[in-house]
Amino acid sequence: MTETSEPLVSAPVSPGRAKFLRFLIRDAGVLLALVLITLFFSATAPYFATPDNALKIFVQIAINTVLAAGMTFVILTGGIDLSVGSVLALCTVVGATVMINEDLSPASAITLALLACMATGAVCGFLNGWISTRWKIPSFIVTLGMLNMAAGAARVVSDNSTITGLPQSFVDFGNLIIGGFLPSIFLVAVLVIAAGWFVLRFTVFGRMIFAVGTNDEAVRLSGHNPDFYKVAAFTISGLTAGIAAMVYLLRLNIGSPIAGVGYELNAIAAVIIGGTSLSGGKGSIIGTLVGACILQVLSTGLQLLGVGDNFKPIVIGLVIVLAVILDAYRERLLRKIR
Amino acid sequence: MDDVILSLEGVGKTFPGVVALSDVSLSIARGETHIVLGENGAGKSTLIKLLAGIYQPDSGTIAFNGQPYQPKTPHDAHQSGIRIVHQELNLLPYLSIAENLMLENLPRRAFGIVDRKALNSRAVALLKEVGLDVDPRTRVEALGVAQMQLVEIAKALSYDSKLLVLDEPTATLTPPEIERLFSIIKRLKARGVTIIYISHRLHEVFEIGERVTVLRNGRLVATRDLKGLAVPDLVRMMIGRDIADEYSFDDTIVPGKVALSVANLKRNAATPAISFDVRHGEILGVAGLVGSGRTEAMRALFGADAKLDGVIEIDGKPVAITAPKDAVRHGLSLLTEDRKGQGLLLDLAVDKNITITDLSKVSRNGLLNRRAEAAAANDLVGQLRVKASSIEQAVRNLSGGNQQKVVLAKWLFRGTSTLILDEPTRGVDIGARREIYQLLWMLAAQQKGIIMVSSDLPELMGMCHRIIVFSKNRIVGEVPRAEFDQERILSLAYQEYVRP
Repeated sequence: MTETSEPLVSAPVSPGRAKFLRFLIRDAGVLLALVLITLFFSATAPYFATPDNALKIFVQIAINTVLAAGMTFVILTGGIDLSVGSVLALCTVVGATVMINEDLSPASAITLALLACMATGAVCGFLNGWISTRWKIPSFIVTLGMLNMAAGAARVVSDNSTITGLPQSFVDFGNLIIGGFLPSIFLVAVLVIAAGWFVLRFTVFGRMIFAVGTNDEAVRLSGHNPDFYKVAAFTISGLTAGIAAMVYLLRLNIGSPIAGVGYELNAIAAVIIGGTSLSGGKGSIIGTLVGACILQVLSTGLQLLGVGDNFKPIVIGLVIVLAVILDAYRERLLRKIR
Repeated sequence: MDDVILSLEGVGKTFPGVVALSDVSLSIARGETHIVLGENGAGKSTLIKLLAGIYQPDSGTIAFNGQPYQPKTPHDAHQSGIRIVHQELNLLPYLSIAENLMLENLPRRAFGIVDRKALNSRAVALLKEVGLDVDPRTRVEALGVAQMQLVEIAKALSYDSKLLVLDEPTATLTPPEIERLFSIIKRLKARGVTIIYISHRLHEVFEIGERVTVLRNGRLVATRDLKGLAVPDLVRMMIGRDIADEYSFDDTIVPGKVALSVANLKRNAATPAISFDVRHGEILGVAGLVGSGRTEAMRALFGADAKLDGVIEIDGKPVAITAPKDAVRHGLSLLTEDRKGQGLLLDLAVDKNITITDLSKVSRNGLLNRRAEAAAANDLVGQLRVKASSIEQAVRNLSGGNQQKVVLAKWLFRGTSTLILDEPTRGVDIGARREIYQLLWMLAAQQKGIIMVSSDLPELMGMCHRIIVFSKNRIVGEVPRAEFDQERILSLAYQEYVRP
């Protein structure tokens, strides 16, 4: 039968202009929203537009940004990872346990802890990906299971108690503000985002992540194994959960089995606000960074405006829904241009 | 004709790059069973979708029962008394037969609670009417295809439909089931229901139809009384062209050694083992009805679906193919029949679609070389004359023909030794179609092996050195070019389906 469902081709737009419009709609839109929100709070909220407050925001977004960076990979392939919060908790207690080992010098303890965090996270992520692809189970379910398992494992490892007494040099590094404006942990977050951006934009692997998210069957029939890339995306998400756990230790100086509750939802929110499509194949990790900023600026700004803790989540929830509605419009606009 | 129930006046429908229907005028008499014939892409399904309220015509008018008929949704069509039984059945598998039958108007008691008793008793009456003796509480998923078809018809009857459109209802039925369906159709006719019956099976239409309308390339060829016509007449009306005109077969291409041979390929325990081969520089046609196992055989060969058994040899060497990546590594390419669902990355740009088959050619150490990628893509886009605003345009916005060229480009980019094409010209306009033919001949001249699956028999006869014919999962015959004959190939295709 004649295939007849193609959308009507819109008025021709020159390639150069189309490229600019695409940039404007897809990438600049979120950034513009961030700028507007920041300006709004600068004008209305006391103390908002101060260097101190800016530093505070930078410190506060670090953990979520790192988690959301890995989450971007998973969502781009069309999956979801609900386990990152409790994987982070597990990694904090594993990392802290390694770090307080008195037989090790502080330097090697810290190095080992970093490796242990990353390995623990990566293994959890790999299991998420492997189980969901091997048995074709929606990642929503598998990672929901992992959320519980990792939370339980964190309690087992820590014997249900917080772990303190991290090396002083480690604590000092966490408090370090480079050049008086760049908190060390924010630098870590920016480096993770930069690495993700590079991988997604310039590597064959990154291209395959987008392709798998767009149409995994077409990718398979083109002679690839899409499952490999899905498992890799989940492994990356676990890995960034491990890195985020190190950031957590740097910031709060304790390993806690009850850390990270609800973090996965903040990470997903940052990715979605940043313009990555939940159905996969579309999005950018820079958008994710901007999305994480928007969430934190809103939270801090509302606080400073005196909006109580009860109303704050309502506003933030509305913004998340609004972002997804805007995303649908954005898609429609983009289709007309392309 | 004094009592016209449905009349179309100059109806047309255009999609980007394709004229689906053009200036179709047609009158259906009340109570008649009217056959609509046409090749794939002739406009039959567009016509149905206009009647169903899925599409709206760009031009012309439709009148039903003397009133202008302009359905905006399928619901509007139902309200007017027109029901379509689509080829793909629209039943909800996990609900009961009764619930499916009366989904749009469930009998209710107070507080909106479903009246089970009334529901099931009404369902029993409806099922009786179509001669289906099954408990109405049975879940639909437990039924066979033929029974589901009857449920669909019963559903259409439950709304007191005046006009029933049956779209290839026998495509998946066995002969006894077809017999049963026909007796039901006759009973409906006796009740005064008007039926539009669409089918590919030319022999069966004589048994139930009074008049026939033939469509070709979106135009109405003729409306005739079936009495006095025979199958060859229908074929001539459907094809209506001289094959030699459209396909300038190149005799200078001489097939060489065997490129790919398939021996005893068995998909599962229920399907027979099949064997065939294709030579370098040969275009092998694969004919057969839709559902005859052609596509499934190609997918199994390519490793896209699991297979039970079989030996595949490439250039005389046996190869193990368990996944598409093995096939691709050994130089096979597959252009799937569902190009949007399986062939393309619709939201990605033309260049990214082309290079996906082998990114190592445009990268070093895992890093993409965008400039090399653009150059390679531009090269192929120029060579295949893909009409796109740029290689950065999303393939979603290309016409069917240009999308198909992008799929071909991606396999040319990879470099292929044997190309399997499943319905390569489906939904492709005539201009792009010819360019695709030219390209295939060029590839054959370069000694590639080409397997071409198509439902368009004149196309196969124009293009191929040899045609193998599938009938019910079996290869029932092989016809060399010198013996090409439409009737012979068609009768082979029907061979296993002919009623005992």
